[in-house]
Amino acid sequence: MTVRHRTRGRNLPLHLLLIAVGVVMGVPLLYAVISGFKSTDQLSRNPIGLPDPWVTGNYTDILASGDFWRLVGNSTLIAVATTVIVVAASALAAFSFARFAFRGREMLFTLFTMGLMFPFAVAALPLFLLLRSMNLLDNPLGVILPQAAFGLPMTIIVLRGFFRQIPGELEEAATLDGCGPLGFFWRVLLPMARPALGTVSVLAVVTSWNNFFLPLLVFNEPTWWTIPIGVQQFQGQYSQDVARVFAYLVLAMVPALAFYSVAERQLVGGLTAGATKG
Amino acid sequence: MTSTFLPDKRTGPDTDRPPPAADAVRGRARRRALNWLTAVSFQVPALVLFGVLVLLPILFALYAAFFRWGGFGRPSDYIGVDNFTRLFDDPVFLGDLWRCLVLVVLSLALQLPFALAMAVALNQRMRGRAVYRMLFFAPYVLSEAITGVLFSMIFAPGDGLADHVLGGIGLDGLGGEWFADPDMVMATLFLVMTWKYFGFHMMLYLAGLQSIPRELHEAALIDGAGPWQRVRNVTLPLLAPTLRISVFLSVIGAIQLFDLVWVVTAGGPDHHSETMAVTMFQFGFKRYQVGYASAISVVMFGISLVFALAYQRFVLRRDLEGATTTMRGGVK
Repeated sequence: MTVRHRTRGRNLPLHLLLIAVGVVMGVPLLYAVISGFKSTDQLSRNPIGLPDPWVTGNYTDILASGDFWRLVGNSTLIAVATTVIVVAASALAAFSFARFAFRGREMLFTLFTMGLMFPFAVAALPLFLLLRSMNLLDNPLGVILPQAAFGLPMTIIVLRGFFRQIPGELEEAATLDGCGPLGFFWRVLLPMARPALGTVSVLAVVTSWNNFFLPLLVFNEPTWWTIPIGVQQFQGQYSQDVARVFAYLVLAMVPALAFYSVAERQLVGGLTAGATKG
Repeated sequence: MTSTFLPDKRTGPDTDRPPPAADAVRGRARRRALNWLTAVSFQVPALVLFGVLVLLPILFALYAAFFRWGGFGRPSDYIGVDNFTRLFDDPVFLGDLWRCLVLVVLSLALQLPFALAMAVALNQRMRGRAVYRMLFFAPYVLSEAITGVLFSMIFAPGDGLADHVLGGIGLDGLGGEWFADPDMVMATLFLVMTWKYFGFHMMLYLAGLQSIPRELHEAALIDGAGPWQRVRNVTLPLLAPTLRISVFLSVIGAIQLFDLVWVVTAGGPDHHSETMAVTMFQFGFKRYQVGYASAISVVMFGISLVFALAYQRFVLRRDLEGATTTMRGGVK
């Protein structure tokens, strides 16, 4: 307590610094929100002040158009499918890594962890050729499957660490009750690992949601475009109508920020766990 | 780590009565094979996905880099290491390497120390701590594409927010062409990268800081250590493993930088913000020189590999050594 009393007076410069950083972090976002409420004309006459009048047309036009909602739908579908696949495959692999001793285990695990060190960009070009030969271009699976594959290393590492913490006695008890390995995995391990599964799922959803490179390669036709691609295209299309682009940006940010505010704990926990265990 | 599925620990009905030796050996071998099959069968889905969509493409890039190839049909025009010699004669690619190095140095010298300072600041009890933490980390959850478009408009020469703010406080001289200026584009890009990524490193550091026992700080305080000494002699050494991981992630991030650059400048003006991944994309997807682009992929792969191995060998190893010494002093 004495420590806190003594430092209170000296905290003012610190608070000023944090406020300054907070302003720099927040103003770009706030500026986008406010600019979206102006017409482009108004924005060039009055770039910094509050809108006068407040124009809602930019936002409502975008929300009323089917295009925006299709992007949201595509991004959602791709993120959910990626997450289901990567978490399912990783949970099985992590179970095997954590609870079995078998020949080749360490080698296999090293192979997966090596995946963590290599940038996606290294594989992008040959991956594109492979997807083309498999007829997966302009097909959501062409994004879902590679995303799941590149998500494996991190997911396996986090889940393996968690599965290892579950006491061996539980496994013995389950075996005595007649559970095979699969039964133990399904009825005991997975229900107990719910927090860890939540963490890796949140991570997978956010990674997929924000992915830009892969959808850029795979989706030539607008049918399956995701939000990041849509944002880039929209800016190209409406480069003169700056206020509209701001409104579009804000709406494109909302799902990610909303998801973050709901799942902050899982997201931060997953990132730090992944980084420190990797 | 104790597991009932280990072959040796299993006690089946066979082991109750002493069986003939040959039977026991055969039985154990069979059980071991069965155990191996069970364990490996759980790996199959992950292994297939990983093998086909991660390992195979990387191996194929290694192969295609030795051909002059447009990306259609099979590569047949074998040209040895010509793609690589051409690569290391290409001023754009040499520039990519230089810019990668610049970004790494800037990140290590400015972005990570800044993240650390913020983490130390937010690690103490104070009003609004949760709000700051959330706000500083928020840009990390935004897509690079969104961030890129946002800042291309904020730094729009003349009528973007940045120029208006600088003009408003009488610093017009500092404004300018930003992303359109060959001499300023990398600095502007680095500003945006710091805005987007420092919160992530800050979160890593915060997690690391929170795992440092309070008693150590109190002991240092009692020993008369000032705030700076406490940071220097208690916080930093105990945070070292986290710092090393964060440096590693930062470097790997700089090697593969693509999204942000592609959205904001596509490598321009006149290649002044181009990165290896952007050059690879230009040659592979715009000019159909797939063999040459594969060579760029291979070099990126090589740089990542050498860096990862060297880092593990010389930097991360110290963490492991530390762990084993404490273990020896402790339980075993």
